[in-house]
Amino acid sequence: MAGAPARVDVRKTYKLFIGGAFPRSESGRSYPVTDAEDGFLANAALASRKDARDAVVSARKAFGGWSGATAYNRGQVVYRVAELLEGRRGQFVDEVARSEGLSAAAAEALVEVAVDRLVWYAGWADKVAQVVGGTNPVAGPYFDFSLPEPTGVVAIVAPQRSSLLGLLSVLAPVIVTGNTCVLLASEPRPLPAVTLSEVLATSDVPAGVVNVLTGRVQEVAGWLASHMDVNAIDLTGVTDADLARDLEVAAADNLKRVRRAPLDGEPDWTDAPGLDRLTWALETKTVWHPIGV
Amino acid sequence: MTTVLTPTAGVDEATRSASSLRQFLHGLPGVDQVGAEERAATLSTRSIKTTAKAYAIDLAIAMIDLTTLEGADTHGKVRALCAKAQRPDPADPSCPSVAAVCVYPDMVPVARAALDGGAVKVASVATAFPSGRAALDIKLADTRDAVEAGADEIDMVIDRGAFLSGHYQQVFDEIVAVQQACSGAHLKVILETGELATYDNVRRASWLAMLAGADVIKTSTGKISPAATLPVTMVMLEAVRDFRDSTGRQVGVKAAGGIRTAKDAIRHLVLVNETAGADWLDPERFRIGASSLLNDLLMQRTKLVTGRYSGPDYFTLD
Amino acid sequence: MPFDYAPAPESRAIVDLDSSYGLFIGGEFVESEGGRTFKSVSPATEEVLAEVTEASADDVDRAVKAARRAFTETWAPMPGAERAKYLFRIARMVQERSRELAVLESLDNGKPIRESRDVDVPQAAANFFYYAGWADKLGHAGYGNDPQPLGVAGQVIPWNFPLLMLAWKIAPALAGGNTVVLKPAETTSLTALAFADICRQAELPAGVVNILTGAGETGRALVEHPDVDKVAFTGSTEVGKAIARGIAGSRKSVTLELGGKAANVVFDDAPLDQAVEGIVNGIFFNQGHVCCAGSRLLVQESVYDEVLSRLKRRMATLRVGDPLDKNTDVGAINSAEQLAKIRELSAVGESEGAQRWAPSCQLPERGYWFPPTVFTGVSQAHRIAREEIFGPVLSVLTFRTPAEAVEKANNTPYGLSAGVWTEKGSRILWMADRLRAGVVWANTFNRFDPASPFGGYKESGYGREGGRHGLAAYLRRSDR
Repeated sequence: MAGAPARVDVRKTYKLFIGGAFPRSESGRSYPVTDAEDGFLANAALASRKDARDAVVSARKAFGGWSGATAYNRGQVVYRVAELLEGRRGQFVDEVARSEGLSAAAAEALVEVAVDRLVWYAGWADKVAQVVGGTNPVAGPYFDFSLPEPTGVVAIVAPQRSSLLGLLSVLAPVIVTGNTCVLLASEPRPLPAVTLSEVLATSDVPAGVVNVLTGRVQEVAGWLASHMDVNAIDLTGVTDADLARDLEVAAADNLKRVRRAPLDGEPDWTDAPGLDRLTWALETKTVWHPIGV
Repeated sequence: MTTVLTPTAGVDEATRSASSLRQFLHGLPGVDQVGAEERAATLSTRSIKTTAKAYAIDLAIAMIDLTTLEGADTHGKVRALCAKAQRPDPADPSCPSVAAVCVYPDMVPVARAALDGGAVKVASVATAFPSGRAALDIKLADTRDAVEAGADEIDMVIDRGAFLSGHYQQVFDEIVAVQQACSGAHLKVILETGELATYDNVRRASWLAMLAGADVIKTSTGKISPAATLPVTMVMLEAVRDFRDSTGRQVGVKAAGGIRTAKDAIRHLVLVNETAGADWLDPERFRIGASSLLNDLLMQRTKLVTGRYSGPDYFTLD
Repeated sequence: MPFDYAPAPESRAIVDLDSSYGLFIGGEFVESEGGRTFKSVSPATEEVLAEVTEASADDVDRAVKAARRAFTETWAPMPGAERAKYLFRIARMVQERSRELAVLESLDNGKPIRESRDVDVPQAAANFFYYAGWADKLGHAGYGNDPQPLGVAGQVIPWNFPLLMLAWKIAPALAGGNTVVLKPAETTSLTALAFADICRQAELPAGVVNILTGAGETGRALVEHPDVDKVAFTGSTEVGKAIARGIAGSRKSVTLELGGKAANVVFDDAPLDQAVEGIVNGIFFNQGHVCCAGSRLLVQESVYDEVLSRLKRRMATLRVGDPLDKNTDVGAINSAEQLAKIRELSAVGESEGAQRWAPSCQLPERGYWFPPTVFTGVSQAHRIAREEIFGPVLSVLTFRTPAEAVEKANNTPYGLSAGVWTEKGSRILWMADRLRAGVVWANTFNRFDPASPFGGYKESGYGREGGRHGLAAYLRRSDR
């Protein structure tokens, strides 16, 4: 009857995901996360600049190993993430439905697209080079070839509204080619990102390849945009145009590759992606070698 | 065994002058890294079971240079190590003793006293081990000190700085000088392959040491990583094989550092068997520098005998 | 004291062999209509492993109909992303059942368990993994933004890499949206039949993959069936030519992977120990039953003595014997028929004046065995320099200059592969430029990867398998 439930449930603590582990914010802060009707869901960690700093360090540390792995291996790892996400679909359906105020059926449809999106990107790992690389017929006795390489540590401001599908759509293409990343989850809807981190932690993704921060875009994005050891920044989730411009200015200090926020708001993430998200964080290296006896 | 010709100038010509030495070393066939590592990896899939495993374990034990090279070494520590060296398995007298104990020069008298009369040899590091960064006369004094204290074998380090800057003659001359200072003690020459960085350099350094008179070429000091990886040991085994084919002299190999499990040790023995050949399957010709390896070998040995997996409580820590 | 490796047998217990097998048509195992059965034998022991059905012309018709129905009703309309997920499932299952498949392959084919375990099965899984990823990206493959499948593919594969050749055929075909009827070689049906079971476990829609066991007649019926849109064949040049003639004037497209007589060219500045490994791997891997085998060693005269003495010393460490022993390097010859051919051509080599050498090996009494063998003093005019032996027999020729090496390497109707050993980068590229071969291996040999296109020039066939290029055979381009 009224008063207390028959069985008290054990509620999850939502922490950051850095270097393969789940620390609280070093600042000790958190912020309340609410559902679509402003009901309390949980307290999420409120990341500080030091958390951002630590995340970049761990992403850098992981870069050598991840970019040095074979493309086949990376594809297998990302496929494994899809396997585990599929296995936990019930949990994600609940989490997305609550976070985004969707019906179970609508949330389920999104989760299914999210899993399939991961599978799509997993299959790209060992094909990108064949599509965007190749030999160049220079006018001389030289073998000349161009190949794509990951740029390094990529900071990503995840979409604010699509808490799982949108997040995976900006994350997967960046890491499948060998980049590592620091991802700032949606500020109002961070919880699926943290639960996703649990999947990443148990699916052979090496520690540090993906680091997930939860907190204020205004606060954290600036530190990532000005960090001199971050190679590229995706501003997709920055909805404030002035902030987006300031971040781009800060990024220019070490000429980060910048992906600007979409002009006309958050896209429909269920649309089939093209190649742009796969290639924007890649460098092209061209090598020459003489041909002769 | 057919004699294999060396590719460039004859071996006798090589040591005639600094420039001929350089030409000889640079004229050795290169080592393709990927191919070498693949070959070593394929050999490490050999399945060594039952009687073959028993043979390999006992041989590996007999090839160990049981080592302690720590700043914190004391007389007590060295004596305990020597006792272990002579009787590795207190529960089983049929277990072979190791080949040698390896210590710093100032611990040689302690080891000598503890091992006197037995088959286990006393090996000492020398020449400002592990870095080798000291004047030559200091390195020679270090060597003589160890020899006078009773060392049967000397493990010297080459000057890697000189090698990497191409001063091969200097490295050569130092080895010759140290060998003289050994006054008959066996000389092992440590290449410190982790610092040489390429297999081409490992091959060149191996030949350099052998031309200078090394009795044994040794992979590493064990103080840095990588140390005795399978491909590095393989390249050195190829070098001693080719050296014997060219000159008739058989030089030994010691793999030291990073060999922690019986499985690692057995893989090295497979390499010896299939690269240099059965003539090197002898503690006089192949050694393994290790410390914790011995207990793993003993555990595996015990499992073969009893059929059960053992645990660390049943073997001594010294 | 010698280090004798004790027997290290891989257990057969993991394989669950039926005494007889039917045909896999329309998603289930069925009895033949009018066909006979034949025995599948272990080439290492001559024991009978199972009875296998020889598919009749009626069976072929049934299978093609099942494939057509599946194509029209299920597979072609299915979105690429869904097809991809079936292929990923199959890839995973091949990985899960890898030990069983490796043991089965070694039992049936005679190749060492180390090779089936470390090469054949992992590569087969990798091929499904790779092509799974193309199924939903065909518009990015360079064949127009909406290429279409061809329809029903009739595929005939050889006995040298049974499961791997199956993967090379089926994976790209299915990724492209086609359905298949595949005939494994008559001496090596068992892993194909296990694969059929994997298709069932993966719940692949019925009729997408059909497996018909049988020999030459079955293959011919399949290739000539009027409702097959695409023919893919790997096997001898002789049969390849017959197929090309047979489909002339029809609407069928065809790709052929045929024989070879590859030159493995070793220069005086080669990394010697690795070159020797490359020579050994080139001709003794898989008992030399490799279309792209480095069966002609072209060694620069100035290093001839050195290379030969190292080669012979290395050959003496090859362990020939029980394929299921984990330490075996060289297994059994696949059939009595093939053994007879190898013996015949070796005898020809001797009678032509070449010098024959093999290390002494203890060969088992039962089964089909041939020791790793090298012929020196071979010239281009010798039959053993021109004809594919398809066994562990190496012919050694010499050359003086790079141009001469190229000339001799190209002086053959074949053009599947070639090897180049030198530390000089420019020369590698110069040689690669001039060698008329579909695959050039520099400072390595017999390396395969699902991402890397493979196929021949000249009479080694046409079409490529592997990589983005491997899709071309199974698509109707939308950019004409």
